Amino acid sequence: MKPAAFDYVRAETLGEAIEVLAQHGGDARIIAGGQSLMAMLNMRLARPKVLIDIMRLRELDRIDSTSGSVKIGAGVRQAALLAWPELATSLPLLSKALPWTGHAQTRSRGTVCGSLAHADPSAELPLALVALGGELHLRSAGKQRKVAAREFFAGMMATARADDELIEAVSFPSGNARCAFREVARRHGDFAIVACAAVATKDGVRFAVGGVADVPTARDWPRLEGSALDDALNGFAHELDARDDVHATARYRRDLVRLIGRDLVREVLQ
Amino acid sequence: MTRLSSAQRHLVRFTLNGKPVQGEAEPRLLLTDFLRQTIGATGTHVGCEHGVCGACTITVDGELARACLTLAVQIDGCELRTVEGLAPAPDRLGVLQAAFRRNHALQCGFCTAGILMSLDHYLRAHPKPSEAEIRDLLSGHLCRCTGYTPIVQAALEAAAELAELSRSDHRDV
Ligand SMILES: Cc1cc2nc3c(=O)[nH]c(=O)nc-3n(C[C@@H](O)[C@H](O)[C@H](O)COP(=O)(O)OP(=O)(O)OC[C@H]3O[C@@H](n4cnc5c(N)ncnc54)[C@H](O)[C@@H]3O)c2cc1C
Ligand code: FES
Ligand code: FES
Repeated sequence: MKPAAFDYVRAETLGEAIEVLAQHGGDARIIAGGQSLMAMLNMRLARPKVLIDIMRLRELDRIDSTSGSVKIGAGVRQAALLAWPELATSLPLLSKALPWTGHAQTRSRGTVCGSLAHADPSAELPLALVALGGELHLRSAGKQRKVAAREFFAGMMATARADDELIEAVSFPSGNARCAFREVARRHGDFAIVACAAVATKDGVRFAVGGVADVPTARDWPRLEGSALDDALNGFAHELDARDDVHATARYRRDLVRLIGRDLVREVLQ
Repeated sequence: MTRLSSAQRHLVRFTLNGKPVQGEAEPRLLLTDFLRQTIGATGTHVGCEHGVCGACTITVDGELARACLTLAVQIDGCELRTVEGLAPAPDRLGVLQAAFRRNHALQCGFCTAGILMSLDHYLRAHPKPSEAEIRDLLSGHLCRCTGYTPIVQAALEAAAELAELSRSDHRDV
């Protein structure tokens, strides 16, 4: 369980990181916190020829709060976001979800953007991004673009990011206090069997589920109650195409979606 | 920009428990193997090599890190603390270590180095932890033979003792 050989590049500016990425494309990998990538290297599930370390780029280690959104740079570790004094008021959903992302010992290294780039279907941060409707800021040599959360997550650990693109930052819409999050995992800090988030919208609620489909998935509903809510949740639970695996059966996952869904939707619509 | 070729070994200089040390590492060398095999500091244990068990937990520049998810070349210029840095003298245990011993908080000791590092780091910042907080912190570690009850007990006892010591203004952790 040791990585195959690679060249290691310690970028000192964003331009250098982009340049090396442009040269090598799919043969290169960004390493941020390493909390997912290093395990993949150790297991040789990934065998890049070049590793580009972005953690010494000061310019990426910043949280910018503007009216209506918070932009988090690729160098910001999960622990730093959790310790950000404005988190509970600016990004209440994240202040609820982030403590479920791994452990203190992994959040101290893992980055916010790294989790989004990795796109594990059970991960909390992609779920929160989809629930809030945030966007990713991507950069390649001579090009910048923004991609909305729903378009970014393309499949299990697959995203709309091109091989030569770096995630420079992510923006989350801020301020919506009417939100709720709940997760069921074997132990606190393990990957979710099912994780759900609900956010109040102008005309009702957005309900998002992680851990069931290949990507975190959301539905927008008007103000639903009683059997109308139950029907909507049941339909959604089936549309997610849950599968049996070593952690849980598909049926148990659907049950969780319905049960947690009812609680969370009621909570934010109160 | 620094580019380290895969085909060569590169000099890595860092501080280990307050002392400057150095060694040579290929880019793909894990920090666990570098510490244990190149530097000879075998206190840091290796269990799973994918970040799950916590046996290899150390601090890098004051933050907790899995050494098995870190490359040796990444810690050039950093300050590392490992379990070897916990005892105040070769024949004396630190407060936390002594509490582990009193409470039988280890049997085989395989998980212990990592758990001690997490607790040492946590107690410095949180002198009055609750049992729930200690258990949350320990979720990042697997102990397969002792069970967590005596470990939690040792942690709480050590916290109380350290709080007492800092009241009487001792700074001997
Ligand atoms: C024991 C353990 C438990 C965990 N539990 C959870 C959990 O419950 N929930 C959860 O969500 N995660 C969990 N994780 C994973 C989480 O800790 C990682 O931090 C996260 O998935 C990846 O972030 P990173 O910064 O460590 O990225 P890395 O591991 O460095 O990179 C991950 C991937 O993203 C790419 N990448 C990283 N940054 C960028 C960027 N800026 N631009 C382009 N590509 C980039 C890399 O090339 C790589 O493919 C766990 C990890 C461990 C070890
Ligand atoms: S050996 Fe590093 S976490 Fe298990
Ligand atoms: S003491 Fe044996 S694994 Fe913890």
